[in-house]
Amino acid sequence: MAYTISADGLRKRYGDVQAVDGVSFDVEEGEFFGILGPNGAGKTTALEIIEGLREADEGTVSVLGLPPWPRNSKLLPRIGVQLQASSFFERLTAREQLQTFASLYGVPARRADAMLEAVGLTAKAGERVEKLSGGQAQRLSIACALVHDPELVFLDEPTAALDPQARRNLWDVLREINTEGRTIVLTTHYMDEAESLCDRVAIMDAGRILRMGPPATLVRGLDSPARISVPSGVLPLDDARALPGAGEAADDGVSLVIETRDPSAVVAAMAARNALTGVQIHGATLEDVFLELTGREYRA
Amino acid sequence: MSTWQSFRSLGRAMFLGFVRDKGALFFTILFPMMFLVIFGGVFGHQSTSKVEVVEIGAAPLIDQAVARDADLRKTLKVTRYETRAAALKKVEKGDADAAVEQRGGTLDVHYSAADQVKAGTAQGLLGSIVESANQAKSGVAPTYRLAAQQVEDDSLKAIQFFTPSLLGWALASAGVFGASQTLVSWRTKGILRRLRLSPAPIATVFAARVVVSVGVALVQLALFLAVAQLPFFGLKLQGSWWMAVPAVVAGVLAFLGIGMLIGAWAKSQETAQSVTQLVVLPMAFLGGSFFPLDASPGWMRTLSYIFPLRYLNEAMLNVMGRGLGPMSALPQIGVLLGVAVVASLLAMRLFRWDSA
Repeated sequence: MAYTISADGLRKRYGDVQAVDGVSFDVEEGEFFGILGPNGAGKTTALEIIEGLREADEGTVSVLGLPPWPRNSKLLPRIGVQLQASSFFERLTAREQLQTFASLYGVPARRADAMLEAVGLTAKAGERVEKLSGGQAQRLSIACALVHDPELVFLDEPTAALDPQARRNLWDVLREINTEGRTIVLTTHYMDEAESLCDRVAIMDAGRILRMGPPATLVRGLDSPARISVPSGVLPLDDARALPGAGEAADDGVSLVIETRDPSAVVAAMAARNALTGVQIHGATLEDVFLELTGREYRA
Repeated sequence: MSTWQSFRSLGRAMFLGFVRDKGALFFTILFPMMFLVIFGGVFGHQSTSKVEVVEIGAAPLIDQAVARDADLRKTLKVTRYETRAAALKKVEKGDADAAVEQRGGTLDVHYSAADQVKAGTAQGLLGSIVESANQAKSGVAPTYRLAAQQVEDDSLKAIQFFTPSLLGWALASAGVFGASQTLVSWRTKGILRRLRLSPAPIATVFAARVVVSVGVALVQLALFLAVAQLPFFGLKLQGSWWMAVPAVVAGVLAFLGIGMLIGAWAKSQETAQSVTQLVVLPMAFLGGSFFPLDASPGWMRTLSYIFPLRYLNEAMLNVMGRGLGPMSALPQIGVLLGVAVVASLLAMRLFRWDSA
């Protein structure tokens, strides 16, 4: 079966910086694909090559079976792009904004209202874009990317700088779009977002893909210990260390945390001691995978 | 994909963006209009000022001439003072141009050397009154007659000059600002990238910008002409004034080209704004928008040829103010179109889709 996106050996250099250094991946139809990476990892450049905004120095890319470079007006109506900055026409209302984009694609202007409804902005239709909150502006820019009903949607850090409510709200919108059968490619540096939304993620750093797969598979492959915590005083620290299967243990006066690679044995032993009051078990997350791969040192 | 539809909606987006921008509206429409009102009001009636003469006692010779001749009443204002001292005081202070005293067949004229031009005019006028009185006395019909005709079919009043030249300035700043600001803000905000990712042909984006700017310019032209023709300002449109329309269009194209060039080059809106000011203000001063170039020193007139605004001002002045024929604007229109082409080609070379 033909892939929706097929990228092979993409490279792009800006002066001394090798922004993208041999990136290959395929995205299937209907898939929700995430590209994760710290700032400057080359996510945006890779995405721009695939969208057709930049030409790769090396490598080939095909989108919906077509080459995106040079500007391909057969391909453009079939893809929707939400850019990092909220690129709106100045001083237009939300509805006018959508109507303008609709007509660029030859879509009837009345579709604007349907899109406002879809992203929950009907009440803000007559509001100028400058007056919208961060979350509303992001939802509007997603609506602008979807107004012509594209098969493939690119979202570049759609939830950057949003508060937690607005993020969750936007996730629902994105899931809905994906359920309609569209293929979505998303870049983000929020691990929880990728874990919650994406079928498959590629972790990128320094222009390369370090690991790729479904989030759960990546986490399982990490082989990092689980952490079992109980409130301090439920179990003495020395006893905790002596439990069968227990690794490192520490008590900070609030919680006693035991690291283990065999959580079921530890929990069973704790149950035998009747020490399960307020127990919490944390497994590794995508964030652990990410930090394991990209390192923990701070990079400005 | 209908190109026409994209063109229309982009034009609409730009037009709405413009009319909702109170600052832009003020600076393109109201601000130049304020200049027109001030300049037109202050200098508007300058050329009609009369020669003021004070009589010392009665001067029947003058009174009869004034009573007989309606044209004379338009140019000569006569006031009577009973004492010589009061009348001479008026002349000394410059309130009157000359004082006259009739003693029998002699008309004594007292004038001040402070304003020799006015004094000369007054003497000439009074001299001609004496001449014609002598002539009437002789009872012979005059053999020679003077028929004065002005070269303009009305005097080139201040408003005839200020309307086209202030309009030129308004068009230049609107055109250059409009194009450079749109280009830079659309680039920095990512709208250009977004448009590039839509199937609309890029030419429609620029065509829409040009059409909106030309439309705004024609509105400016209409408003300027409407205000300047109010009786208070008294602009009289000359026969081929309609040639101002193609001149305005050519001018807008030239200024848009310059604006695009600035917009393509400038990295930020602040830079674009200051460079635009640096281009437009000197051009307005030295291109003859605020004072007539005819009355400027030679070097300034020579320098003015490098400013596109000079050609627009001249074209509009020729057909609107001076009453020259429609062909008189053609060379200037040609220069403006040339500027538009060259500036646009340069702008295309410098054009970038995004700020990175």
